[in-house]
Amino acid sequence: MVENHPMEPFLRTDRIPHIWCPGCGIGTTVNAFANAIKKCGISLDKVCIVSGIGCTGRVAGYLNLDSFHTTHGRAVPFATGLKLANPELHVFVFSGDGDLFAIGGNHFIHAARRNIDIKVICVNNFIYGMTGGQLAPTTPLTAKTSTSPYGNKEQPFNLPYLAESSGAKFVARWTTYHVMQLTNAIIKALNKPGFCFIESVSPCPTVYARKNRLGTGLEIMKFFKENTRREKGVSTRDIGIDFQKEFIVGNFVDI
Amino acid sequence: MEKEKRVLTGEHFIQGDIACAEGAISVGCNFFAGYPITPASEIAERMSERQPCLGGTFIQMEDEIASITAVLGASWAGAKAMTATSGPGIALMLENIGLGIMMESPCVIVNVQRGSPSTGLPTLWGQADMMQARWGTHGDYRIIALCPNSPQELYDLTIKGFNLSEKYRVPVFIMTDAVVGHMTEKVIIPKEEDIEIYPRRYTTLSPKEYLPYKPEADLVPQIIKAGDGYRIHTTGLTHDERGYPVMSAECQKKLVSRLIDKILNNLDDIIIVEEKDMDDAEVVVISYGITSRVVIPTIQKARENGIKVGSFRLITAWPFPGEKIRELSERVKGFVVPEINCGQMVREVERHSKCSDKVELVPHTGGDIHDPDTIYEAIMKVAKS
Amino acid sequence: MVETKKEDIVILDEWCKGCGFCVEFCPKDALELSTEFNTKSYHPPRLVRPEACTKCRLCELYCPEFAIFVREDEKD
Repeated sequence: MVENHPMEPFLRTDRIPHIWCPGCGIGTTVNAFANAIKKCGISLDKVCIVSGIGCTGRVAGYLNLDSFHTTHGRAVPFATGLKLANPELHVFVFSGDGDLFAIGGNHFIHAARRNIDIKVICVNNFIYGMTGGQLAPTTPLTAKTSTSPYGNKEQPFNLPYLAESSGAKFVARWTTYHVMQLTNAIIKALNKPGFCFIESVSPCPTVYARKNRLGTGLEIMKFFKENTRREKGVSTRDIGIDFQKEFIVGNFVDI
Repeated sequence: MEKEKRVLTGEHFIQGDIACAEGAISVGCNFFAGYPITPASEIAERMSERQPCLGGTFIQMEDEIASITAVLGASWAGAKAMTATSGPGIALMLENIGLGIMMESPCVIVNVQRGSPSTGLPTLWGQADMMQARWGTHGDYRIIALCPNSPQELYDLTIKGFNLSEKYRVPVFIMTDAVVGHMTEKVIIPKEEDIEIYPRRYTTLSPKEYLPYKPEADLVPQIIKAGDGYRIHTTGLTHDERGYPVMSAECQKKLVSRLIDKILNNLDDIIIVEEKDMDDAEVVVISYGITSRVVIPTIQKARENGIKVGSFRLITAWPFPGEKIRELSERVKGFVVPEINCGQMVREVERHSKCSDKVELVPHTGGDIHDPDTIYEAIMKVAKS
Repeated sequence: MVETKKEDIVILDEWCKGCGFCVEFCPKDALELSTEFNTKSYHPPRLVRPEACTKCRLCELYCPEFAIFVREDEKD
């Protein structure tokens, strides 16, 4: 069924179809990742993928690489250990906004500070999806979640700003609508030594969209298409995301 | 001290913590991730001095959770990895010690115990983390825990700990305390060729044939390291022989039973005890770690007063030598169990001894070692019962 | 430019979850969700205007399920 599928070498096709919901952007981000690795032509034997817990935490299981599905929030230190013990490995962390920036926040900022040569891809769907739609550190103000039924009142993180100020050498934010730019950003990160961070803003149709009446995954993708723009030389300080407002995408830091 | 030399063969007068680091280095430890904590920081300091000169890696992480997790990552990249901390650090590490158990990652975790609970007595000692080591992380599992009672033994058991962790692909605790860790004594480091090193059980199969969790006869699977093209998946989720998550009771039963049985089926190989004056013993003092050194003169004194008392020292605390205790309990009057806690290993003695009322705990809340008289009185009490 | 034939775009019906990304973001509107069902009762896409397709592979890149791809010609 999947002979000469271009992504076949990168995927554990025996485990697909995967568990992510129709219209969720995780698969698209994985698609961009696989295409980036393919374009770079590096040996898959030397690529490691580390995931934490959550919807995106399941990414490691679907990729035909040395893959490690660790505990909640601990993908980054695990990846640090992998990379330091064998610097030849290309080590990617692929996890969600809750995993990386709530429970895993302390590890993220320190790995960035130390400039550990790992590439962190965060699928930011603004919520804890796997556990049923709870408030995340990235949930926009006023947004409803299963633990902020009266609207979120906590100022969310601006992930690129956090990554840059912690010391990341490459920082980008795209959405799952920007598949080409996302792929190219991953290629850039792969070729740039040091701690690189890529935020992939993604629809979460099943909980975030439903609780806030935002429609299907496709409708959110259309929202991304019409409500994102680039701004040359913008500071990451100024690109926080407000609920259902226009936001900035792009490659912000490349030092 | 030639920094580039891995095995510092010769006689040393060094601190327990330093001896621990040297033990790890002698057996090939080339990755240390840790976080400062009294009374274990000296281990990290020694590693930070030595690893860079040996081509190894030292990193001070942002907390203990990161430390143990980095150790697991390094282990999967082929490193012989270790961390060292004390009770509060172990408490933070426990979830990922569980990950190490589930992923079957060889690694060593040193707990230089201090007064507890909580911040407790950072510079003073205790032995109250024994059950934490055994039951601390959630779920059913078995780990290995060794208890040195001197800097020399801390050196030797760190080597043993690495070898057991490689052989059984399980995290191994070295349960020492602030006395042994901070005391300075003679430590003899043998010649390199005399140090037994259990090689990592790398697979001999090709990537096509290899299954990451297909056990060998002793229930331990062959291992690989990242970057060798095996493209394995390993996870904290219950998994099958391919390492793929399988959310079923059958898979859980198969996996968890194996994780337990790979230890229980090899007790003779794992359990080390030291028995003295046991042949005619009517009373047996069971002790471990620093407490066992207070027991020696006490037993002598009791012997001089005609009490037939023997010493049974736990070098392996977990798995507990239950069978031996059961055999002993059939012929001795009773057991005396001094430990610097309010009764932890004593519960195991009671559980295995035929009649638990013959077991006399000599508790201590920590911050000091036992007054020998308290042990002596307990011996007399049991001898007269 | 060699004209795209229907079988040049491979669609794995059973992997599709009917999200519609490919149809929406095909620059040439060459795809439409079919009325047929896969076993999970999703409507897989169909290449209804093969002549419009330029094999740009965007459908392939957008698909979160890896369920659609451009068959790479031997000479590619």
